[in-house]
Formats: sequence, C-alpha cells, structure tokens
Amino acid sequence: MKKLAIILAAAAFATGAFAGNITVKGSDTLVILAQKWAEVYMGQHAGIKIQVTGGGTGTGFAALQNQTTDLCNASRKAKAAEIANCIKAFNKRPTEYKVALDGLSVYVSADSPLKELTVAQVGDIFTGKIKNWKEVGGADAPITIYSRENSSGTYEFFKEHVLQGKDFAASAQTMPGTAAILQAVSKDKNGIGYGGAAYGAGAKHLAIKKTDSSPAVEPTENNVVAGKYPIWRHLFIYVNPALDKGEIAAYLNWIRSDEGQKVVKDVGYFPLPKNLRE
Amino acid sequence: MQPAPNQSNAPHGWLGIHRGHKARPLEWFAEKFIFAVALSTIAVVLLIFVFVAREAFPVVLGKSNTALIQPVIPPADLDKLSPAKIQEYLALTPKQFAGMDRETLRTLMDVKVEAANEVPVQFRDDPDAKRNTIEWNLMVKPHQWRGYDKPEYIWQPVGEIKKFNLIPLVIGTLKVTLIGLFFAVPLAVGAAIYVSQLARPRVREIVKPTIEMLSGIPSVVVGFFALLVMATFLQNLCGYQTRLNAFVAGIALGFAVIPVVFSIAEDALTSVPQAYTQAALALGSSRWQTAWQIVLPAALPGVFAATVLGFGRAIGETMIVLMVCSASVVSWNVFDSARSITTTIAAEMAEAVSGGPHYRILFLLGALLFAATFISNMIGDFVIHRFKTKMEGKR
Repeated sequence: MKKLAIILAAAAFATGAFAGNITVKGSDTLVILAQKWAEVYMGQHAGIKIQVTGGGTGTGFAALQNQTTDLCNASRKAKAAEIANCIKAFNKRPTEYKVALDGLSVYVSADSPLKELTVAQVGDIFTGKIKNWKEVGGADAPITIYSRENSSGTYEFFKEHVLQGKDFAASAQTMPGTAAILQAVSKDKNGIGYGGAAYGAGAKHLAIKKTDSSPAVEPTENNVVAGKYPIWRHLFIYVNPALDKGEIAAYLNWIRSDEGQKVVKDVGYFPLPKNLRE
Repeated sequence: MQPAPNQSNAPHGWLGIHRGHKARPLEWFAEKFIFAVALSTIAVVLLIFVFVAREAFPVVLGKSNTALIQPVIPPADLDKLSPAKIQEYLALTPKQFAGMDRETLRTLMDVKVEAANEVPVQFRDDPDAKRNTIEWNLMVKPHQWRGYDKPEYIWQPVGEIKKFNLIPLVIGTLKVTLIGLFFAVPLAVGAAIYVSQLARPRVREIVKPTIEMLSGIPSVVVGFFALLVMATFLQNLCGYQTRLNAFVAGIALGFAVIPVVFSIAEDALTSVPQAYTQAALALGSSRWQTAWQIVLPAALPGVFAATVLGFGRAIGETMIVLMVCSASVVSWNVFDSARSITTTIAAEMAEAVSGGPHYRILFLLGALLFAATFISNMIGDFVIHRFKTKMEGKR
C-alpha cells in the first residue's frame, strides 16, 4: 500500500513536471512584470516553466483565440469582438482576472515650467485643439506631441479615456515604446508624451486635475491606489476557462496573493487593493 | 545547357547527357539544381504576390464592414432565426456553426448586444458611426469627420470610428523617398563619375569599396544613428521645429540609397566604350570635359536606371523611416513628419486582428508597395539592359 502511494506520488510529480509549461503572451506594458512574476514563481516551484512574450494586447487575444497561449496579458479590457472570437474558438467566454493597477503619467521636459494640467486640457493638447504652450500657462512655444503606435494598449486607453474617443492630432509623432517617448520628451523642451507612471527618468510627470476645481494630484502609488489620480487603469490576465485549473490556476492565484502583488510593486506598478483581488 | 566548347558540334542528348560527354552526372545535377532554385525563386515571388493580393481582396471587393453601430437582434429571438440568418448575423462559418450548441449561440448574441452597448454615448448619434469606413470614397477622398473643421484625409485605424484614408501614407512615402533621392542621387552619380573617370587607380581602389560598404550597414543601425545623432544635429543646423521629421528620415534613407545608385551608375559609366574617351581626349578635350560632355551623356540611360532602382530601394526601406518619423500628416513640407507605407505595415501588423478590416488594408498597402517596387525595378532593369546591349554594339 505504501509502495503504491509512492508510485502514485511519483507519477503525479512526473506528470506535474511534464504539464508544467505555461505560455504567457500579450501586452508590452505587462511584459516586464509578467517576466518577473514568472522568474520568482519558477524559483519557488521547480519543474514549472513559464514562457513570457509581448507583442501587444491584441496579439495576446489573437493567440488566446488560436489557443497558442495559455494566458493573455492585457492592458485594457477585452472588446466584445475579441470575446466573440474567443467564444467562436472555444465556446466559452475567457475568464478575466485583474492583476495590477497602472497609473498613466503625462510627461513633459524637465525644463518645462508647467506643473499641472486638467484631464480636459491634456485631451485638447493631444487632439491638437491646443497648439501652443501659452494656452495652458506655459511659454509661447508650439507643442510637439509624442504618442504611441496604435498597436499599443496604452494608446487605446488614452484615446478612449483622456481624448474621449476623439482622434489624436495627425501631427502626433508615434513612438515605438514608452521609453522612446521619454527619450524624445527629455530631448525636446516643447514636447509632451504619456506612458506608465512607473517609467520616468529624464522627464517631469505632471500633476493632473480631474476638473478645473479639483486639486492637482501627482501620479504616486498612494494616489493611484486610493483612486485619487484620475488617469489609471487595471491590468488584466485573460485565460481560457477550460485551462484554468491545476498549475495555471495555482499560478493565477499566486499572482493575486500578497507575494505576487509584492512583485508588482518591485517592478513599479501598483498592487491591487485587497478588495479588488476577487 | 551550353555544350562544352570542344563538343559544340556534338548533337544534344537527352537533357544534355549524351555519349562522349565525359560522364559528369554531378555537374548535370548541379546545373539542374541551380535551374530548379532559379525557377523556385520566380515561383516564390509569384506566391508572395498572390498571398498578399488574396488577403487584400475582400477590401477591394468591399466585403468587410467596419460600421461602429451595427443592427442588433435581441438574443431572445434566437429560435425565430433560420440557421442561415444566424450564421450571417454572427459571422460564423458553417463548420463553426455546426460545432456550437444553443447556449454558445445565445452567448454570442449577448456579446453582440454588449458590443452595441460599448459604443460611447458621444458616438451614438454620429452619422459616420453607421457607415462602413472601408469604402473607396473614404479611403482616397477627404471626408469631414465629426470634430474636424473641414474635410480631411485621416489615417486613424484604431478607435471607435476607424479611418482608413490612404492618402497620408502615399504622400508620406513619396515625400521621404523623394527627399532621399534628391540627397542621394547627385552624390552617388557624382561619386560614380569621379571614381570611373577622374580618380587615379589608387584612389579608386579605396573609394569604390568604401562607398559600396555603406550598403552593408544594417538599416536599423542607420536608423538608430539618425534618431539619436543626426536628428539633433540637423535641427541645430536648420532650426526647424519638429525634431523628428521627413527631412531627417530622407537624409538617412539617402545613406541606404547611395550604394545602390553608385554601383549601377559606376557600372554604366565604366561600360561606355574606351573609344569614346580616347577619341575625345585625342581631339584635345580635358578629362573633365570628356567625363561631363561625352561619357555622362552616353551613359545617361544607365544613370536613369540607377535612379529608378534607387527609388525602388528607398520606397521599400522600412526600419530607417520607422525609427525616425511616423506621424500621418498630409503635408508636402519637408520639415513636417511623414508616415510611410512600410512603417505603417511594420508598426500595425502585429496588433491587427487577423482577417479583420485593418489587417486586410495593411495587405492592400503591401500589394501597392509590391507593385510600385516591381514596376520601378522592371523599368530600371529594362533600361539598363537596353543600354548595355547598345554599348556593347550588339543591337
């Protein structure tokens, strides 16, 4: 009897090790965090291999729908069309997990005298309605807009929530990543850009006012987690419900545990408040 | 399949093997193999074009619909619909439909309703929201979208109302390409004249390989250099406002084009018969006069071909332009930004839902680009071929 138990345990271990391959794909915003999670988790659980790749939120959903990835990192909510595609592929809605918070900062050059803007002003600047810094209390100089490529989840989030669905100005320069935006803004004293609050060296993060009368809020952890800073979003992981068991479920639970959320903080995003961890 | 010279009168055997041929099966195989490789190259080119065109076809035929607001059928009516109607409404293939139970279909219908509810309030009364934005009218003509003061050409493929006007990209591509050519062609042709006609052999041996080595620099490195060094330098030099613009991209592109134009032009200039030069020199003209007034005019078709091939190289270059400028403005001002077709494909393909309208339009752009480079390369090759036959007196 004891022998049998040992054999069973060994068999369970072997299959566990064999099945312990998790692929993760999706948002470029999440890729560093996901890699860090994978690294820490693999360090604690021998025999599990987690492969993380980026490519963009849409790429992740395409892979989830083709079933070439187990988990899909997303920096925005799945769109109805993407959910429909998933249902067509595996007959079920993908399960959504909130895994972290991210504040989006508006960057200007460190030389800029500007300190704060309202959300509406930021929107008007990026749609090209406000073209000169003096209109928002800066020097008399034309504004150069730096934006992301339209494949980025950050771009879509910003367009939807700050620009209220309006188009970015045609003159907005599209950069391949947040780091590129920062680099450009730090070299251009009339530049303005946006990106994760976790990034930051080389440029100034503006304080943002929700409306004209509300106080200006800095994009710090406390402000974002407390919901005071107006431009923030959830970061998500989506999974095919048929796969959400065993190793994958354990990994997802670990991500949302205190330990997993500590990694979030180390990487520079903001941990989920306890009540949002479901 | 040319017979060996010493056997030129021997009759051709079966596929080139015949008696008396010093049994060289290996050579025969090698030759056939190379022939097969050459054939397959042609096949690959054709296949690529067929693939690109096939993916773009539904757009050309107007089969995709991108309208933001689409008619919604209440999920409760599922049982009243005929299977054909359900397939059409949910865009299912017969195979997908066969594999679904009622529950799944119901969920898909719910999602359709959710999609309709996702439409932000400010778009619900927008007349363009009900419109399929992949119409040729909207793709090539200006249209006054809501929020704009006048009809404009807009490329904004991601968002609530997707705008797929191709004109900004075409203008951007041509602008950057032409700047590149204006910068590269005079330099490259000048260098070709110098190297082939005026330089001492010693100098030529250094200059020629150096220029040709330019083509060995990976374009991503050129782009990187342009992004970090040239952009700042040129801005300080010219004092324009936008740091990253079509001018910087064009100059950087020039570095990629110079070696192409240079090699072909140099080749053309060298293939002008010695008799021309010798006659001119014998009649007392200087080296400069000979080069400028005799050799260059004689080689002009070759120089033209070099320019056309340089155009083909420039229009297809991706990395340099992608790294330096990418705003889809409609403007011929060289100091404004530009977005080229190659940039658009490279930057947006990863995120486009495969099979969706955006994806198909990117393929359409790819087909356009393919056609442009194909035609320019064909013209270039044709001209240079005729020029060579003429120069070698084989008319």
